[in-house]
Amino acid sequence: MTAIPDTRPKMRGARFLQSRGMRRFFRHKLAVLGLAMITLIAVACIVGPWLLPHDMLDIDIRGRFSPPLTDTYLFGTDEMGRDLAARLFMAGRVSLMVGVAAMVLSTVVGTVIGLLAGHFGGALSTALMRFTDAFLCFPQIFLLLALAAFLEPDAMMITIIIALTSWMEIARIVAAEIRSLRERDFVTAARVSGASHAWIMFRELLPNAAGPIIVAATLTVARAILIEAYVSFLGYGIQPPLPSWGNMLNNAQQYLDSAPWLAIVPGVAITLAVTSFNFIGDGLRDALDARSDMP
Amino acid sequence: MATFLLRRLGHSLLLLVLVSIIGFALLNLAPGGPLSQFALSPGMTQADLDRIAEQMGLNRPLPVQYLDWAGGLFFGDWGASFRDGRSVLSVISGHLFATLLLMAASTIISVGLGTLVGVLGATRRYSLFDQLATVGAMVALSIPTFWFGLVAIYVFALELGWLPAGNMYTIGDQSLGDYAIHLILPSVVLALVNVAIWSRYMRSAMLDVIGQDFVRTARAKGLRSQRVLWRHIIRNALIPMITLAGLQLPTLLSGALVTETVFTWPGMGRLFLDSLNYNDYPVVMGILMFTAILVLLGNLAADILVAAVDPRVRLE
Amino acid sequence: MTERLRVQDLSVHFRSERREVQVVHDLSFTLEAGRTLALVGESGSGKSVTSLALMGLLPPPPQSRTTGSALLEGRDGADLLGIPESRRRRLRGDRIAMIFQEPLTSLNPVHSVGAQLVEAIRSHRSVSRRAAWDRAEELLDEVGIPEPAARLASFPHELSGGMRQRVMIAIALALEPDVLIADEPTTALDVTVQAQILDLLRRVQERTGMAMLFITHDFGVVADIAHRTVVMYAGRMVEAGPTEDILRRPLMPYTSGLMASVPLLETAGTGRSELATIDGFVPDPAAPPAGCAFHPRCAHNRPGRCDVPPIAVEAPAPDRSIRCARWRELAEEVR
Repeated sequence: MTAIPDTRPKMRGARFLQSRGMRRFFRHKLAVLGLAMITLIAVACIVGPWLLPHDMLDIDIRGRFSPPLTDTYLFGTDEMGRDLAARLFMAGRVSLMVGVAAMVLSTVVGTVIGLLAGHFGGALSTALMRFTDAFLCFPQIFLLLALAAFLEPDAMMITIIIALTSWMEIARIVAAEIRSLRERDFVTAARVSGASHAWIMFRELLPNAAGPIIVAATLTVARAILIEAYVSFLGYGIQPPLPSWGNMLNNAQQYLDSAPWLAIVPGVAITLAVTSFNFIGDGLRDALDARSDMP
Repeated sequence: MATFLLRRLGHSLLLLVLVSIIGFALLNLAPGGPLSQFALSPGMTQADLDRIAEQMGLNRPLPVQYLDWAGGLFFGDWGASFRDGRSVLSVISGHLFATLLLMAASTIISVGLGTLVGVLGATRRYSLFDQLATVGAMVALSIPTFWFGLVAIYVFALELGWLPAGNMYTIGDQSLGDYAIHLILPSVVLALVNVAIWSRYMRSAMLDVIGQDFVRTARAKGLRSQRVLWRHIIRNALIPMITLAGLQLPTLLSGALVTETVFTWPGMGRLFLDSLNYNDYPVVMGILMFTAILVLLGNLAADILVAAVDPRVRLE
Repeated sequence: MTERLRVQDLSVHFRSERREVQVVHDLSFTLEAGRTLALVGESGSGKSVTSLALMGLLPPPPQSRTTGSALLEGRDGADLLGIPESRRRRLRGDRIAMIFQEPLTSLNPVHSVGAQLVEAIRSHRSVSRRAAWDRAEELLDEVGIPEPAARLASFPHELSGGMRQRVMIAIALALEPDVLIADEPTTALDVTVQAQILDLLRRVQERTGMAMLFITHDFGVVADIAHRTVVMYAGRMVEAGPTEDILRRPLMPYTSGLMASVPLLETAGTGRSELATIDGFVPDPAAPPAGCAFHPRCAHNRPGRCDVPPIAVEAPAPDRSIRCARWRELAEEVR
């Protein structure tokens, strides 16, 4: 009656997605809601500007500060009489792109650092993890604003800066995951059979750490969109005339009393998009990474 | 306990060195590096700049410059503001109180409310309340703080007129009640995200403890359920929350910056943004280093506090 | 002998995802003063659930449902299963106490040993803090902990497993209960420590006259401490009687199987020295086999006899019970 310890590798990421994990994800009502919302938002941002009668740069002096649903202005107009809906959808393209791109970058950086620290251990691991800890001491917004101010960035640079200040948590998650994986039999087997470090890291360890990485990456999109909104709102992010959800709110504060929709519409867009990614991340966590119950 | 303290202290010192290296690297990223202040003045020639660089020791090797800069940091010489020449530390300390006040008020709200929601969620797991709290926390985490601030100003200051839209006090009033009224909106806005985080972690920590054997023992002893809850479950669940509070400090500081901006709250965050606008790099760098050191000390304090309340840690 | 606790037709149901599953079936037994009853079975046989049900520590309805009666005799006599939780709480830890299998995790790590003892005392008796601490020191001394005064200030992780179990026993004995339930109290301990703890429990019982319900899967321990034995399988009593009789002549193949899995003085030298295990697993309570629940694992299984419900409980001797379709034939075979 001796139980044989199960040291088989977890299913590889891709196959897992087609199997039980996928079903668990779709049972998660909020995750499905999130997926539906973000699909809707993305489609609206891609297709919307073509369908609307106004270009985002069209200025209608007589139609300044039109409230939502005036004439053909779905969400009303701003202080220059520009169509808020057209601007919102164009801004959405920018904000979502920045969010996703920053996620990809920070996930790559965090994963590589976590892999190295987790796989090699010893002094290299200590050095990398202390370095990560040191970065975590800086409050993200402060560090980000300082970098943005010093580097006077365009959209690409902002993306890089956001990624540079948000890779640390993924690095920690990956390092912890790899450390627990590297003692497992299938990794030992690979090591004994003379596999190279690169092979072990990328072919044996990484695929089995895919679950937590995917979850963290999804939540990173949510955070990156929020962060972009903060810095653009403060005037250090995406610069006009290129609109982003954050910089649309830049002027909204001064017209808060007379034209509250200027603040409400982009804010709701940000909240919906970020909520979607958080819901999806929660569902993915239930499906792929059953251990943690953390927000 | 002594070895534990020494180890934690050593860890913090190492982090402090790494933090200062990152800070120094940043300083050299600034346009024109430490010279930018002069580079921006009109009528400055390259020859002038070279001469100033010479005087400031900027042509020395980088490691020497770093040691010089880090030494200044250590001995309290944080440089002078470009704007008015006052020492950076005195400029920062002039804005410190407002930020600490805001953070303290907001922390009281978020810890109190977050603990309550987390405890109720865990003791009534999967109830309607628990599910609403779960979804509510995720939505709260998704609302941009500055936008929530704008909405709060619109509703409570502009539409209802119940509370002031910004600032820390009314000029000429400055009574305790006046401070309190000005504190309400910003501290609640800053607390939103932290209530969400705190309640989720508290719920999770509670569930970890509820399933433990010693809780069953406590009930087997015939203790009242309230006593089991407070003395055996909540008491133990709060220990990991102390560490969390330390880890959340950077998030709290970032949130304070955003909140201060929206509510024109005269704290460190506002000072930071103003200094950015004036290219006042010494103050910018000073605040950056100051917040990092604050986070470091906060985490150290959290670790020591955990050791004080958890006898297991003391003996490790 | 004075009865302390009479359990009658105890049944426990658990509810999971809208299905109700019965994990304990109509269990009856009596605990007497100064005597120990062993409840024996593999894990999953329902013995721990039985003890938690008696203590009222199962999750509240609708997650679990307990029926039957458990009459506690003595000055606060009551039916433990019929009284409201508020009253049961007051009896718990006072008239009926319990110690658990895992001494390492059963004490709260952040409170001192003394605080956890004093808490037990003061939640049932209005005595001064001082008096409670004195009593706590006395109790530690009683359970054989050296330097009791100093140990009161210790935290659980500063003590060994055996010492922690002694603390647990001290807590359970704090109010001199009429009934002590011991749920595998020695399973997690070294053999030598195990013997010390059993010895301690026996001495305490001799002194106080408490009745003990001792839960174990180990017939070695049963032989050492129990006066009577109830063997449980899949939530049902399958054999019961005086421990001596059962050890000498087990009637149920399951009982023999359990006994064969431990080295016993009684079986030594009979050629059955090799330790055996019972093949297979305890059945899922949601889908129990028809007839005798043990028949799929039983070497003496006869299709048409053992897998046909119901299997009646019979009495081969005045104070013995057996639930086995073939016990008569099997008894013949052995003879």
